[in-house]
Amino acid sequence: MRLLKYKILLLISLAIVMLPMRLSASSGEESGEVNVKEIIFHHLGDGYGWEVPFSHVYRIPLPVIVRAEDGKWICFSSARLQEVKRIINEETGEEELVAEPRIVDIEKDGKHYQFILAHVSKHKNKVVQIFPLTPEEEQQLKEEAKNNPAIQGDIDKAEAIIGGYAGFDEVYYREYKPHDISITKNVLALFIAAILVTAMVMSVVWFYARRGMKAPRKGVGFMEMLIDFIYTGVIKSTLHDKARKYAPFLLTCFFFILVMNLVGLIVIFPGGANLTGNIAITLVLAIMVFVITNVMGSKHYWKEIFWPDVPLFLKFPIPIMQFIEIFGIFTKPAALCVRLFANMMGGHMIVITLTLLIFIFAAFGAIAAGGSVFISVLFSIFMLCLDVLVSFIQAYVFTLLATIFISMSTDKGHGHGEHKEDSHSTESTSSSDMTSEGSAATVPTT
Amino acid sequence: MELFTPDFGLIFWMFIAFIILFVVLAIWGWPVILKNMDQRADTIDKGVEYAREAKAQLDNARAEAQKYMDEAQQQQAEMLREAARMKTQLIEEARKEASDEAKKVMDAARVSIEQQRKEAELQFRNEVSKFSLDIAEKMVRGNLSDDKSHHQLVDKMLDEIKSN
Repeated sequence: MRLLKYKILLLISLAIVMLPMRLSASSGEESGEVNVKEIIFHHLGDGYGWEVPFSHVYRIPLPVIVRAEDGKWICFSSARLQEVKRIINEETGEEELVAEPRIVDIEKDGKHYQFILAHVSKHKNKVVQIFPLTPEEEQQLKEEAKNNPAIQGDIDKAEAIIGGYAGFDEVYYREYKPHDISITKNVLALFIAAILVTAMVMSVVWFYARRGMKAPRKGVGFMEMLIDFIYTGVIKSTLHDKARKYAPFLLTCFFFILVMNLVGLIVIFPGGANLTGNIAITLVLAIMVFVITNVMGSKHYWKEIFWPDVPLFLKFPIPIMQFIEIFGIFTKPAALCVRLFANMMGGHMIVITLTLLIFIFAAFGAIAAGGSVFISVLFSIFMLCLDVLVSFIQAYVFTLLATIFISMSTDKGHGHGEHKEDSHSTESTSSSDMTSEGSAATVPTT
Repeated sequence: MELFTPDFGLIFWMFIAFIILFVVLAIWGWPVILKNMDQRADTIDKGVEYAREAKAQLDNARAEAQKYMDEAQQQQAEMLREAARMKTQLIEEARKEASDEAKKVMDAARVSIEQQRKEAELQFRNEVSKFSLDIAEKMVRGNLSDDKSHHQLVDKMLDEIKSN
């Protein structure tokens, strides 16, 4: 029995050591050097299709929705943005598949529209509308390229300076960045996360409808425990009698963030989108908190901003305190936004970087590759486990801070003793949380 | 940096997704769950309270029963003691009555004896005086007439004899 275990262990470690040799051989043949930065940003960023496991070429097609320059909304499949070509590698003679961008021709209401996935301009990896240049415009572009010292007459680099789109099939184009509300990978992941949250919450509701007052177990019990943990532990203990009013927003925030965080950690299809590590997502969440805190702000809250309890010289001739307070209105949600974004993106980035270490070390031979595989896999698993923890902590921290901001802005301010005690308790919870959050925040930066 | 510039499309969809999710859950999700959890907590609290009360009542009832039993036992003991007391008293009374009765009977007997004795004495005296008078008469027939002074003399002499 024990011998068998050792045998299995030996086989696994052998496989781990052997794997990179094969991989490094193939990757070396493909591009020679691994472009670390591009791979990292590709994995962290958004895309018009969803990667299929074990393929760099094929993607799950998603709808692209853009508003053309003349104001028409146009929709097409993202599969049309690229074309899979079978090419023969010149060095090895092996056949391989390569995805190349191609122009999408759309005819709508008797008008032609051309779109392409930008691959050289500043709108790289975004769908842009293109218009072929007239000969005069092309001449002008060439002139400008020639005169500009930065690009030394290379017209293919012109787009970086001039803003046109240069060099596709020997035809030069002007590009226009359309308004883009495509269902990208992140948007679809967002919908999946939203549906998951709805299903999770509704499972509890349906349980109540079916079983009434019976005690829930397993999944429903876990959901209820989480809901109770957030509702009783965070919302009710901070907001007291106002808890019921703000609980739907805060609970939705918590579960949406938690599910987005966790789904982002899953590598293949339903997951793998770096959602909360995308600043657009956290920005919307932070804006929500900003709007709620300021719209629901009490008289006391605004008084604290425009006429705080400080010595007169700090607020009267020059409004120093007012300036700081108004600045604070914006920094609080901004901190929420950046904290979540940086933590989640950092976690993803570390795991990808650790994985990429294998390919970097593969250049130094089989032993270095084998060693790096072992260490990288070990560290990646460790980091992913840590990311599960961070996912929960960040969702919790976001909810907790949002609750505290709301409680500070809706505080009526009368009943001084009670108020003082209240603010003390929130401060203590926030400070204790800051430490846990701080430790989580330090992890990705190391 | 592409990562730090928020994408309009994603903001748009995030906004829509969040609002829809929020509205759906705020109407059908959270209030139902929170209400139900509160209700269940209340029910459990009530159940615990009820159980505690029932236990208290049971304990109370048990204590009361014990009290009644103790009381009954005490009463029983008292009654037994009372009965014993009464028994001795009755016996005492009976004895006393019997002795009284006996004494009475004896007294009566004594009185009647005394009386009979007195009567007998009287009779005897009369007999003796008669006898003696007869004797004396016989002795001193002639000179001694049977009169009253002689009888008195005999009586006096008899009293002397008796006192002797």
